[in-house]
Amino acid sequence: MTALEIEALSHHFGGLTALDRVSLAAAPGERLAIIGPNGAGKTTLFNIITGIYRPAEGRIRLLGQDVTRLPTHRRAQLGLARTFQITTLFPRLTVLESVLLAVQGLDSARFTIHKSRESYGHLREHAESLLADWGLADRAGQVTRHLSYGEQRQVELVLALAGAPKVLLLDEPTAGLSPAETASVVEMIRRFSRDTTILLIEHDMDVALDLVDRVLVLFQGRVLAEGSKDKIKSDREVAAIYLGTDDA
Amino acid sequence: MSTRVAAGAVALAMLVALPAALSSYQLSLLTKMLIFGIFAMSLDLLLGYAGLPSLGHAAYFGVAAYTVGLLALRVANNFWIDFPAGLVMAGGVSALFGLFALRTRGSYFLMITLALGQVLWGIAFGWRSLTGGDDGLPSVPRPRLPLPWSLTEGVPFYYFVLVCFALAIGLLALVVRSPFGRALVGIRESERRMEVLGYDVWRYKYFAFVLAGLFAGVAGNLFVYFNGFVSPSYLNIVFSASALLMVILGGAGTLVGPAIGAAVIVALENVISAYMERWVLVLGVIYVLVTLFAPSGLVGLVKQRMGASRS
Amino acid sequence: MTFWVTQALNGISFGMLLFLLAAGLSLIYGLMRMLNLAHGSYYILGGYVGLTVIHMTGSFVLAALAATAAVTVIGIVMERFFLRRFPEQELPQALLTFGFLLIFADLSLWLWGGTPQTLPKPEAFERSIRIGAIVFPTYRLFVIVIGLVVGLGLWWLQEGTRLGAMIRAGVDDAEMARGTGVNVGLLSTAVFAFGAFLAALGGIIGGPFVGVYPGADFEILEMALVVVIIGGLGSLKGAFVGGLVVGLLDNFGKALFPELALFTVFAPMAVILALRPTGLFGAR
Repeated sequence: MTALEIEALSHHFGGLTALDRVSLAAAPGERLAIIGPNGAGKTTLFNIITGIYRPAEGRIRLLGQDVTRLPTHRRAQLGLARTFQITTLFPRLTVLESVLLAVQGLDSARFTIHKSRESYGHLREHAESLLADWGLADRAGQVTRHLSYGEQRQVELVLALAGAPKVLLLDEPTAGLSPAETASVVEMIRRFSRDTTILLIEHDMDVALDLVDRVLVLFQGRVLAEGSKDKIKSDREVAAIYLGTDDA
Repeated sequence: MSTRVAAGAVALAMLVALPAALSSYQLSLLTKMLIFGIFAMSLDLLLGYAGLPSLGHAAYFGVAAYTVGLLALRVANNFWIDFPAGLVMAGGVSALFGLFALRTRGSYFLMITLALGQVLWGIAFGWRSLTGGDDGLPSVPRPRLPLPWSLTEGVPFYYFVLVCFALAIGLLALVVRSPFGRALVGIRESERRMEVLGYDVWRYKYFAFVLAGLFAGVAGNLFVYFNGFVSPSYLNIVFSASALLMVILGGAGTLVGPAIGAAVIVALENVISAYMERWVLVLGVIYVLVTLFAPSGLVGLVKQRMGASRS
Repeated sequence: MTFWVTQALNGISFGMLLFLLAAGLSLIYGLMRMLNLAHGSYYILGGYVGLTVIHMTGSFVLAALAATAAVTVIGIVMERFFLRRFPEQELPQALLTFGFLLIFADLSLWLWGGTPQTLPKPEAFERSIRIGAIVFPTYRLFVIVIGLVVGLGLWWLQEGTRLGAMIRAGVDDAEMARGTGVNVGLLSTAVFAFGAFLAALGGIIGGPFVGVYPGADFEILEMALVVVIIGGLGSLKGAFVGGLVVGLLDNFGKALFPELALFTVFAPMAVILALRPTGLFGAR
């Protein structure tokens, strides 16, 4: 069974075709990079997979289940997680509070109204162990909008991991980071469990090819090429669309 | 945490002891402060915690007040029927309005909640045979409870309101500390992130909307008993906006702040309108000043002071 | 038959007035995502200032110029020195504009008193004309014409000029607009001031048949809100169609079902809220 399967996904914005019959399949535990120039449709693809947009055509299957019509939060409950290109943290909350919310999200206690959250010790333990695992324990009390950009990215990754997702979508996790910060984030991603299938949108080709098994190239909303790292590296069409940019 | 509990205990003790030291006029003012404290806290749940800026919150306050008033005057002055009926109406109307309002966000949400509140105002104003129209419903009696004291007296009624206030703040404090309450804060900070984390955001907002309406209904019930009177003004935008001002002045998202904000506004209204004819002008200026200079409210200012003195 | 035609013309003329107000509200929302609660205040200030100038000079034209100029200045001051500080923050904007609503309401009461007043009509339109069996005040026709002229002017401005393009660009994406050299700050002040101008124009034009009185600011704001809810916030077409719809409903409602009063207007609003919350022509 594939972890994530997309069949002929198409989507339009007004008169523009953002995605044109895109198909892909990711096996459990696989790392798949989605690359392509700006405007190729990568983030739109992620938005559709997570349910932020409803596709005009096509199907999405998560762990064998058709989720095309499911709302975002239901897909999360089935094991889908994602990070955003623009950091989407809780500006005025602390790191610990943010992770607590992430941990609570898939917990049966999440809608309880008559008991304080403190009484659910397991939530706090889980949150603290997550922070400890990923080296953020000393940042627990910091308000997230006061963190450095690199640290914010790390928190965003921890939030996505909190639910032990089966499929994780990472949207440009190293964008805007310094080389040192990029290295930490890459290290973090490398440590992710192979129980999690990862789809990675990356602009930095070195980072992308370093982390993944397979690459899918999107160009103007269509799949231009797909295959192993070496195959893509030596593909002429792919090189052509990257000519003139700094990333190739 | 224990300083907060200690402060709360002291405040409660003071509120219990105060009637001995106050004139009957001052006591009735304090009673009014407690009632509006409940109203402001109910809006804080919606605005300060869930991040939903409602300009029509008076609708639920007013509909409860009218329900209790009409039942007490025309059917029977039976507390055990009238009071719950008021809450049911407040909850029911907020459950209905929430379905419309929660399809929108931001300024649109402001506008829709305002319009919905005005619809109720229009009904109260226009349906003279039921509501008395602009004249309102006078002579609403105080409830008769199986207690040795009559609630028509100022002091027993004050304690009755104080008990309701303590219950309200206790329940609301529990709600905001619960997983549900914490989730509301997450939704306020980043709805999209919460969706992706698995939360059914609409359901949380809707529940908060109805809960806030219910507590506004408690305040409305108490106010019609307090004043012995209800009029369409209890439903209009000026009333809703006052609640907003109380929340912002006190400090949104702190629960206790809005209660303090309510007390301040009630006090100011009383003091200033005794000396000045142009009270409305002053109130308008207060809106502008609070927005410009105290966006995090009094509680925010206090926190800043405390933070500064600590460093 | 005469009844229907007269009422329809009354409804349309009132609808044009509502269009002027709703267009201003919509314009301001469209560019700045802000709900201007003081919009009704601009209306009555326009009416009151116009009234004073007419009493002093006897000239309707002068009154119109003075009223719109005065209120436009007020609008500029409000936007530039107060609202500008809270971009995209609907709550502070609501509190500020509401505060100004209260300030202007009380000042008006103080300066012009509590008795309802009507502005005298300009001499040219004092008479009524007769078309067949129908007698209709020319002033009302004048109002309809003004509404159409303003509507066409706004449409041309929006679709046919660079300014219109800039406003639409600013609506779509302020950052990008700035990037292409558009001075978004100046544009915001200009749009806000223009909205105030339209509201004041409504006040002086409405003065002769709706009148000015304490509470008119709330009432006209409420009507304008119903119009933009039905027509769609941010849409010029919505303000026009919505204005006509509400004007006609209000007029026929008052004439045919006076007991129902505001219900004839609120019911369609509720229907729109249920079926299409962004309004007939609003963005989805």
